[in-house]
Amino acid sequence: MSEAAATSVSPNDGVTGLVDDWTADKQAYHVPWGKAMMWIFLVSDTFIFSCFLTGYLNVRMTTTEPWPPQSEIFSLNFLGAPVPLLLIAIMTMVLITSSGTMALAVNYGYRGDKKKTFWLIAATAFFGATFVGMQAFEWSKLILEEGVRPWGNPFGAPQFGSVFFMVTGFHGLHVSAGVIYLMWVAFRIRAGYYDKKGFEIVEIAGLYWHFVDLVWVFIFAFFYLL
Amino acid sequence: MASSSDTAGQQHPLGIYYKIWVLLFVVSAFSYAVDYFDVQGAMRWTLVIVFMLIKAGFIIAIFMHAFWERLALCLTILGPPGVLLLLISFMAVEGGYTSGTRYDYMGHDPNAVALTPAEVHGTGEDHGEGDVAAEAH
Repeated sequence: MSEAAATSVSPNDGVTGLVDDWTADKQAYHVPWGKAMMWIFLVSDTFIFSCFLTGYLNVRMTTTEPWPPQSEIFSLNFLGAPVPLLLIAIMTMVLITSSGTMALAVNYGYRGDKKKTFWLIAATAFFGATFVGMQAFEWSKLILEEGVRPWGNPFGAPQFGSVFFMVTGFHGLHVSAGVIYLMWVAFRIRAGYYDKKGFEIVEIAGLYWHFVDLVWVFIFAFFYLL
Repeated sequence: MASSSDTAGQQHPLGIYYKIWVLLFVVSAFSYAVDYFDVQGAMRWTLVIVFMLIKAGFIIAIFMHAFWERLALCLTILGPPGVLLLLISFMAVEGGYTSGTRYDYMGHDPNAVALTPAEVHGTGEDHGEGDVAAEAH
């Protein structure tokens, strides 16, 4: 086999592939550079959220005052009776719905179906905006009705407020930024900007969006349920 | 990581996305059911963390396509955050020590119970544990 033919063979998989990728003086990641950079960014973002959640673990363990009952605090009246954690459950479902539409958008993007891709991304952004709206409602309820502040609350440990506003605020900021990013990508797709470049951008934007959903999985478990 | 991947984008049958989508809804419903049916103690922790890991695993593997990515990229993504488990375990040990010394030397009640919204708003029965609430106001 000639040199030219040998270089066009697809690279090895598994551990052999890992060694090849890291030892040769060449490109390490066989993905579009934008995707590799998005992954690196998401790894750094993982560290930020992990620091918040680890800080939460520490203050929750060390505070000597009892931790407020999240289940009751985040309950919502439905048909006259308080249902525990109802709003948070709906927010979780809304975010998962948006993750599904985003996964479909990536698929239709690679098929070159611009119309479906646009509307699926628009639907994702819509569910994202709905999530932020529900979060705004949750915040105002907690601040105005329950009197929760970053430095104290009527129920128990004051750290509850600091962790809540810090963690959900930072996550909400990510969702809001994601909505803007998705709409920007969607309109550029419709304008034909990626017709020649290819539709990797949808997968890259999708990575960010799924990451936001992923972070919520951890916040939902550690802050609201445990 | 199993199949051979090339530099082209991730393109997979739609069916797998629909299946994972439904699975995520079902597992989320299970998580919520843990709270709704008020499961407590070790069972609550086990269930919530297992459901959380299932959801996180499927989002990373299928929706973010990590399952089909090359090992070099997967280890770059998952390796550094894996080290965070060390930080978490250190902070847990440290936190246990700190709270232990605080209860031992600062005279706090380890069995104190937090107030519920019903108690704070005066619609529930008064359990006589209002001293914590008075402090916060």
